Amino acid sequence: MAAKRSISVLGRNVLAQRGVTAATQSSLCSRCQQRWSSVSQKPGSDRVHFPGAVNSRFTTNLDFARATEEDAMPTYRVLDQEGQVIDQNHAPDISDEEAIRLYKAMVSVSIMDLIMFDAQRQGRISFYMVSAGEEGIAVGSASSLNPKDPIFAQYRETGIFQYRGFTLDDFMAQLFATKDDTGLARNMPVHYGSKKYHVHTISSPLATQIPHASGAAYAVKMQNQQNPTEDPRVVACYFGEGAASEGDFHAALNIAATRACPVLFICRNNGYAISTPTLEQYRGDGIASRGVGYGIDTIRVDGNDILAVREVTKRARDLALTDGGRPVLIEAMSYRVSHHSTSDDSFAYRAKVEVEDWKRRDNPITRLRKWMEGKKIWDEGKEKELRADTRKAVLDAYRKAEKEKKPPVGASMADVYAQPTEEQREQMRQMRRIVEMYPDEYDLSEFEGGVEGITLDFKKR
Amino acid sequence: MMRPACSPRSLASQILPSIRRHYASHPPKARLNIPTDYGTTPLLHHTSKAALANQELSQEARNGTTDRKNLFQAINSALSHALRSDPRVLLFGEDVAFGGVFRCSMNLASEFGDHRVFNTPLSEQGIVGFAVGAAVEGMRPIAEVQFADYVFPAFDQIVNEAAKIRYRAGTNADEQACGGMVIRMPSGGVGHGALYHSQSPEALFTHVPGMRVVVPRSPVQAKGLLLAAIESPDPVIFMEPKILYRAAVEHVPAEAYTLPLSKAEVLKEGKDVTIISYGTPLYTCQNALAAAEKDLKCSVELIDLRTVYPWDRQSVMASVNKTGRCIVVHESMVNAGVGAEVAATVQEGCFLRLEAPVQRVAGWSTHSGLAYEKFQIPDVTRIYDAIKNVLEY
Repeated sequence: MAAKRSISVLGRNVLAQRGVTAATQSSLCSRCQQRWSSVSQKPGSDRVHFPGAVNSRFTTNLDFARATEEDAMPTYRVLDQEGQVIDQNHAPDISDEEAIRLYKAMVSVSIMDLIMFDAQRQGRISFYMVSAGEEGIAVGSASSLNPKDPIFAQYRETGIFQYRGFTLDDFMAQLFATKDDTGLARNMPVHYGSKKYHVHTISSPLATQIPHASGAAYAVKMQNQQNPTEDPRVVACYFGEGAASEGDFHAALNIAATRACPVLFICRNNGYAISTPTLEQYRGDGIASRGVGYGIDTIRVDGNDILAVREVTKRARDLALTDGGRPVLIEAMSYRVSHHSTSDDSFAYRAKVEVEDWKRRDNPITRLRKWMEGKKIWDEGKEKELRADTRKAVLDAYRKAEKEKKPPVGASMADVYAQPTEEQREQMRQMRRIVEMYPDEYDLSEFEGGVEGITLDFKKR
Repeated sequence: MMRPACSPRSLASQILPSIRRHYASHPPKARLNIPTDYGTTPLLHHTSKAALANQELSQEARNGTTDRKNLFQAINSALSHALRSDPRVLLFGEDVAFGGVFRCSMNLASEFGDHRVFNTPLSEQGIVGFAVGAAVEGMRPIAEVQFADYVFPAFDQIVNEAAKIRYRAGTNADEQACGGMVIRMPSGGVGHGALYHSQSPEALFTHVPGMRVVVPRSPVQAKGLLLAAIESPDPVIFMEPKILYRAAVEHVPAEAYTLPLSKAEVLKEGKDVTIISYGTPLYTCQNALAAAEKDLKCSVELIDLRTVYPWDRQSVMASVNKTGRCIVVHESMVNAGVGAEVAATVQEGCFLRLEAPVQRVAGWSTHSGLAYEKFQIPDVTRIYDAIKNVLEY
């Protein structure tokens, strides 16, 4: 360790000697520059000048720092549980049309969730994860992003895809793994992705996307500078409070801070990681308290208040673009109303009454609906019509997708590399030979092209 | 994470003298296990003419000049060219800004600015994850892991993310893959690296579809293969044999050029035995085959895999179908090493031609204990013995 540190300090000294040059050399990274010009401790100073902490006061009080519940970071909200604006001097900045768009997106996700959860229960699809209780976080934050801002999601952010333009056919193609799935039927259901809507494909390993977001934000920051006539972009990254325990969370926030990356880290703190309650996940003040430790501007918001999420994201996005770029952490508090997934029965570890209570008392859909009704832009008639129409549209897309074929079997081996390897071509020939020799052992009826599709030269849509 | 024995001074200027002082001494009567003379080995180009005769070079490179460079200087030259010719190229890792603990990134931060060549916090999963993210948004990141021994914290990012992104993105992959991403790491024995400055983990990555794994043996290769890796549409793990950073010196074409990935190179033609290796052990193989050819009146073919995955199966099988005997040599453990895959493939593709069992001369099934390296890493004697065995079988 000693040797390692000496390298770092040496590196810093080398840079320190060129301090001024380095600071003026790069306009991209004003916050990346070092924070001291000398590491010497001046005699008689009342403050620390060690290189690791350059502005700490000395004290003779031997006190350990300790977070207390009274110090907990406050939670920003705009609407109360009855959908009333709390601070009358601070009216939500949203048009009626946009509010209705947000509402419809949330309702659409929740109706699709109910139908597809049942579809999994009936064995029509292999797996599903609903967003119940968290529709507001995904839809509200997505509505404050530029449509070209790249997004990295975890898996419980279906509302992002809905808001950005995914059609029900797009969702169903992925869920049923049809030939129209852009993921070519390779990923489990709910692992959506779209270059058209600038959302990177979801992967199952938790938190791996968080350092991706930091790196992508660094790329975007350089591109913002190279193309000053285009709208500057930020990157948004979503994850749950359980994923924040992974090492990748730590790595990502730290590197985003040191490289001053314009990225919004949006944590959905819904109280549970599968069966694990937050008391077994962490003992600090949630996820928000950690942001400050990384030198990241941080805010906590009521995730059941979509207007608060929307406003916070908008302000955070502006902040992220300040001084060329900086990360921001948003912790959105909510409650996972649903089971973790179709493979989980959450009543094995929490009381049904607790869930029912949240469902009834406070959720983002009813809160926005109450606010819209108070503004006379929504009523029972519109509600019934929306729910009936959405349900029908989901079922229509469902029935259509269910009949579609899957991609050609060749898709199982394509795209591992940009070009198939010689070894893969040989293996594909072997696969085809086996299938042709034992035709009764393989059902190719649901794959496009049948046995002819067992080739690496199939045509991608 | 501990990284003893790697201060810039000790690695940049002391390793090789200290090897001579403490580790390179050989038994007084040794005939086989004598140190490689990099100044005369036929595996390096000792003249400009020899370097420029390489048919794989572009015409421009062949018409140009050469500079005598060691391996770290050749890598520096490739990095410099990549940064100069493509604004999307970024170079980062632990301590790369001041030049790197092995000097591979010397002067690059001052030439290209600290926004393109920079230090990261000390976190391998962060470095590789950051690189994946930069790559999927259109950059060409070159991430450095300070020693291959420390790549394991990034294993998840490599195996589950970098390697699978193109596949899982499906038709989105034309805009959302991580081609252009290169993870560089110094690897292999260095005489006194012990457990955590000696490892050759390439076989772990050859079991990961989606990654390309490249190990150069010389300055000429390091430059050409690194530039090919940066251009590649697939993510590449680029392992640099650190013992060669200063030891291997040869004439390197001054122009930028690429060498093909997934293509083996026949270093020496022969008709009785084929030896397949990559990286540092090729020099040992060369010494062993020179002694064996003299003593045993045989003719040995030497093949450098260069890319260990996806590897050039056809060239290897063609050679063994010609010679009928096959030896695979690598530093890392024999069990499930690269040699296992090569041996199984040769057995399948050359069954009727094989006249002796395929030999694997590789690290024994243990860790790299400090004092035991010369017993652990395949040496000239073990390779010589394997040649003898297959000829006498």
